[in-house]
Amino acid sequence: MKKNRIITVLLLKNGFLVQSRLFSRYQNLGNPVTSVKRFSDWAADELIYLDITRDNVYDMHRDDLGHPNRNNIIEIISDAARKCYIPVTFGGRIRTMEDIETRLANGADKISINTKALDSPLFIKEASREFGSQCIVVSIDVKIKESSYVVMSNGGRTAASYDPIRWAKTVEENGAGEILLNSIDRDGAGNGYDIDLLHSVSNAVNIPVIACGGAGTWEHFAEALDKTRVDAVAAANIFQYIDQSVYLARKYLFDKGYNVRSPDLMLEKEDSRAIL
Amino acid sequence: MTMNSDKKVCIIDYGSGNARSVYNIFQSIHPFVKLSCMPDDIEDATHLVLPGVGAFGATMEKLKTLSILGILEKNVLKDKKHFLGICVGMQILAGEGMEHGVYKGLGWIPGTVKIIDTRGLCLPHVGWNNFKMRRDNALLEGINQGTDFYYVHSYQFEASDTKDVVATCEYGVEFAAIINVENIYGVQFHPEKSQKAGKRLLQNFMRLT
Repeated sequence: MKKNRIITVLLLKNGFLVQSRLFSRYQNLGNPVTSVKRFSDWAADELIYLDITRDNVYDMHRDDLGHPNRNNIIEIISDAARKCYIPVTFGGRIRTMEDIETRLANGADKISINTKALDSPLFIKEASREFGSQCIVVSIDVKIKESSYVVMSNGGRTAASYDPIRWAKTVEENGAGEILLNSIDRDGAGNGYDIDLLHSVSNAVNIPVIACGGAGTWEHFAEALDKTRVDAVAAANIFQYIDQSVYLARKYLFDKGYNVRSPDLMLEKEDSRAIL
Repeated sequence: MTMNSDKKVCIIDYGSGNARSVYNIFQSIHPFVKLSCMPDDIEDATHLVLPGVGAFGATMEKLKTLSILGILEKNVLKDKKHFLGICVGMQILAGEGMEHGVYKGLGWIPGTVKIIDTRGLCLPHVGWNNFKMRRDNALLEGINQGTDFYYVHSYQFEASDTKDVVATCEYGVEFAAIINVENIYGVQFHPEKSQKAGKRLLQNFMRLT
């Protein structure tokens, strides 16, 4: 049976891993590449990397770590991909087919698009034809405005003329393979997912929906899986501060009978180089 | 027994999105790995891997454009080198693929590639799913029944001869997860993205002599 996925989201701003709150306040968490390795080791089902840089400055200031400094996103992708044997999605600032091609060629398994898709829904179609639906994720940021849901573009700064259900159906029709559904109001709040939003969107489409925004306890993952049709639960902040966080989340859900991969499988000793 | 140093694996580099990931994981398990589409590198290898993401027709087209179908056929069908096709790299082993039209495949393992009839479940089939073993196979050495692998696809390989199917996976219907005829292997999932179980399967592939 196919399992529900537990996905770690990593936010990258100007080359640093950051924590985000309400899409507007950011706190620096350090090196983005070592984190990837850690989450791969801790058996996240997937990683989603979102580059929320708003200018063009990438500098990891890692002089003390004995790694080369990386000054563009492609090098960061390439570094990260070398260190992890789980699927990695990269999103942020993707505007052209060439942007997609470069990211995939450097080790991304999927790419996530948001603003460009809203500007031009046909871009989704073009991208899924060229690279296959399976690697085109459309990320949908939603905000409550005057008590109704509005899809936002430009990193939550501009309102688009779609409600989430209509936009989700549009991206599905255009060939998107998955939807990453994020509540801006819940971002970084830790008080639980927006269940109504997840419920309505996951019922409206027949492609996998990934829940994001608001998870603050393992129970919040359970709630989303109980009450909505989402295929995967994702979170950023909750996974950053606790040692072995993904493992603990998985164990919590597995022990309660949720359909997730068994945590035991992750405890095998790392194989050393094969002796053939 | 063939020594480690005698084996060389060539990951066929034909512009498939995830070739780099496949190359990365092979580098962690074997000392002699090439990512290449050069005839000399294919001839020099003992093990060949065809990675793949994307559509059936587009994949065949890329291989044709590189003019390496002939050399692949010689190395796999005549020289009987160990061959592993991953995801769409497995699917094109079939004679025919029905993704966005009807396309001719390599035809090395008789079968047809069709969209998965999921009976209402979401497509693509994306995520971790376990397998059911139909028969023992060297690729599954040391991997328990029930272990999850990572899948991302909407189409399935319908083998003409069910005995070519080594293991199946269920998603609405039961479909082929691993196929094998002689020296030719195909896996629908992505071992390069399946953590330890995936690594083990690739190590098993490299153990083939």
